[in-house]
Amino acid sequence: MANFETVTVETDLLILGGGMASCGAAVEAAHWAKKNNLKVIMVDKAAVDRSGAVAMGLSAINQYVGVREGDNTIEDYVKYVKQDLMGVARDDLVASIARHVDGSVHLFEKWGLPIWKAEDGSYVHEGRWQLMINGESYKVIVAEAAKNNLGTDNIYERIFIVGPIMEGGVCKGAYGFSVRDDKFYIFKARAVFVAMGGAVHVFKPRSTGEGLGRAWYPPWNSGSSAYFTLKAGAEMTCQEVRFIPVRFKDAYGPVGAWFLLFKSRATNAFGGEYMVERRDELENWKPYGAAKPIPANLRNWLGMLDVMEGKGPIYMQTAEAIQKIADQYKDDPKAHKKKMKELESEAWEDFLDMTISQAILWAASDVQPEETPSEIAAAEPYFIGSHSGASGAWVSGPEDLAPPEYFWGYDHMCTTKGLFAAGDATGASSHKFSSGSHAEGRIAAKAAIRYLVKENPPMPTIDDPTIEALKAKTLKPLDTFAEHKDFTSQIDVNPNYILPKMFMFRLQKLMDEYAGGVGSQFTTSRMLCERGLHLLGILKEDAANLGAPDLHELMRCWENVHRMYQAEAHVRTILFREETRWPGYYFRADFPKLDNDNWLCFVNCIMDPETEEWEMIKRDILPMS
Amino acid sequence: MPSFVNVEKCDGCKALDKTACQHICPNDLMVLDKESEKAYNREPEMCWECYNCVKICPTQAVDVRGYADFVPMGASVVPLRSTDSIMWTVKFRSGQVKRFKFPIRTTPEGQAEPTGGWNTDPDLEGPVLFTEPDSLGCDVWTK
Ligand SMILES: Cc1cc2nc3c(=O)[nH]c(=O)nc-3n(C[C@H](O)[C@H](O)[C@H](O)COP(=O)(O)OP(=O)(O)OC[C@H]3O[C@@H](n4cnc5c(N)ncnc54)[C@H](O)[C@@H]3O)c2cc1C
Ligand code: SF4
Ligand code: SF4
Repeated sequence: MANFETVTVETDLLILGGGMASCGAAVEAAHWAKKNNLKVIMVDKAAVDRSGAVAMGLSAINQYVGVREGDNTIEDYVKYVKQDLMGVARDDLVASIARHVDGSVHLFEKWGLPIWKAEDGSYVHEGRWQLMINGESYKVIVAEAAKNNLGTDNIYERIFIVGPIMEGGVCKGAYGFSVRDDKFYIFKARAVFVAMGGAVHVFKPRSTGEGLGRAWYPPWNSGSSAYFTLKAGAEMTCQEVRFIPVRFKDAYGPVGAWFLLFKSRATNAFGGEYMVERRDELENWKPYGAAKPIPANLRNWLGMLDVMEGKGPIYMQTAEAIQKIADQYKDDPKAHKKKMKELESEAWEDFLDMTISQAILWAASDVQPEETPSEIAAAEPYFIGSHSGASGAWVSGPEDLAPPEYFWGYDHMCTTKGLFAAGDATGASSHKFSSGSHAEGRIAAKAAIRYLVKENPPMPTIDDPTIEALKAKTLKPLDTFAEHKDFTSQIDVNPNYILPKMFMFRLQKLMDEYAGGVGSQFTTSRMLCERGLHLLGILKEDAANLGAPDLHELMRCWENVHRMYQAEAHVRTILFREETRWPGYYFRADFPKLDNDNWLCFVNCIMDPETEEWEMIKRDILPMS
Repeated sequence: MPSFVNVEKCDGCKALDKTACQHICPNDLMVLDKESEKAYNREPEMCWECYNCVKICPTQAVDVRGYADFVPMGASVVPLRSTDSIMWTVKFRSGQVKRFKFPIRTTPEGQAEPTGGWNTDPDLEGPVLFTEPDSLGCDVWTK
């Protein structure tokens, strides 16, 4: 076996991931831990300053309820989320996040995040729930507050977490390895919090050359949350609810500001507006199709119908939108000039803060948005339970809001004892975004500390043979490669192992073709899913032969194993739900209609961590208690 | 090639044990070539063009060249990040240049105060988080 030192770290609470939810968890847990004499550590595969989906920055805070201002109520937000998810959401969880999220936003502002302000000092909104920010350093600032409360000694960076340590069905830590030096890590903990993001590159992206990495979702979040919670035996929910964003084509620049702030229209190549021309189609998806706002997946669907009929390209009418705004100033040339300058700067900042590639693409194509429209398109499927998807772990709600069926002792604890989750790692509570994920991390971390104080769970006793077995399993791709590499004259073609990139392409190809990816117009069926599961089964066997030339590739191997489990949960759940509920995200050709009589419910699943047998479960959608 | 390194400008971070670009890349792409002491992106097709390596490089050696499979040639987007603002120079294929400057933070670097200056004395029981209710500006909602 590869000669790696084993490093053992003990802590009371272990925070996995260093993104928005984990930074929320860290800042909150550090406070309660100091009061109760407990130790908290945080582990990230990257540098916390710039890790996760907010690494580049963001140009908006997408969840702000405005309770203090009297703008909206918590009930308003719950209603909005449930409508957007075609009736499938946990009221208790959404309300719980909504009642705390404004506090996280106010903290961001105190920490130094510039939030746009109107002349009267109120926040500038992009839409009803969104605030505009100068967000280039959003993640740096949020990480800084977490670090300042937790202490840098308690932060482990560049450690890739592979999986959970379990004892008697309770989660007692995690194992992983350093991507910098030859060290295998065992983290022993009395409670574990997981927020290692969602997943991308499970499906084949539209760009498969150099632009492979330019998925909308960042390539470094690879399903580690899903793998970890599944392998801890936790019940999962909404694994079918993938997210497909419509964005500026190819570079995936944000469209929110164009639709919401600049009130732009999207039209097909003939100037037709699918949201108007296809209004009748919404009737087929009642009651959600008939209510406002129209769910994101239905808006996608109407656009896709145009594309499938050959009416593309679809254009964002940027020039028209800017012209309309500028017209309001047509009698005052000075004000007009100033407004145009302002709009231009706002439009470019939107890209430069969060999708710089889009700025490059516009510059390289000589696009002047005030003169020419730009193409938009549906991207590929992603798993992001914090955004407009909903996949993640099934967690306990808060004591005062959750009905008894949704409550098992500690807020945001998974069905596995000792394991807490937030952000993209939890399901059925969509539309939390960056701010809500932070708030949710705080909620879960406080509950985890309460669990430690009240139950005083013991440290795991994990013995040396168990540690050795985990280590051997983790490092196996290095051994496989070392053993066989000299058999051929080139390392990338060898019958004795598969390198992680080709393994990823194999996964992507089968998901694309059988589970409704871009290449199959997001359409699948029972037969396709069953064939896909068969091929996934063979891929799973071949995962035992993954080969890694170095630490970086060892990480790539495990990332793709994580993706594969996310894929399996997805296909099994799509297969189980015999209806089409989210057209625009995916379409079941054999059950092409919404079926509220039989399927207005959550579909959950549990994988037995030992036998890897799956159980599918229907759960009721219940109101708050 | 997504991010790329100008060999004349890169000094390998003066052979410190961790180079800045390697430290910051969220996808573990930037590495230092031991022999030449120059950094490079080892997997350009896994780059998100997040610009973290560009912004952090002390010698401005890292730049980005748009993905060759769909971005026409000839443009560049170059940031210059200070402690409180960022200046972007956008050069178009046509040669036209636009500059934009945006604030990035309102507090001195490193000084984010975790409590935001708010009171922190709620109970471990119940849903009230450590800076609440002050940080909310109202009581925690309940049914
Ligand atoms: C392109 C894009 C645009 C968005 N725009 C907005 C917006 O404008 N406004 C808004 O409010 N929200 C926006 N969001 C949503 C927001 O980014 C997410 O809701 C939020 O980041 C989720 O937080 P998280 O902690 O769950 O995941 P992340 O913030 O992604 O953090 C995941 C963390 O896990 C770590 N990790 C992953 N795998 C491992 C492993 N195996 N071992 C150790 N660590 C690991 C990562 O390094 C990272 O630190 C956007 C998201 C995307 C993708
Ligand atoms: S940060 Fe800049 S100078 Fe340092 S190694 Fe990287 S490219 Fe070279
Ligand atoms: S642009 Fe981002 S993803 Fe690409 S190499 Fe630089 S830091 Fe890494």
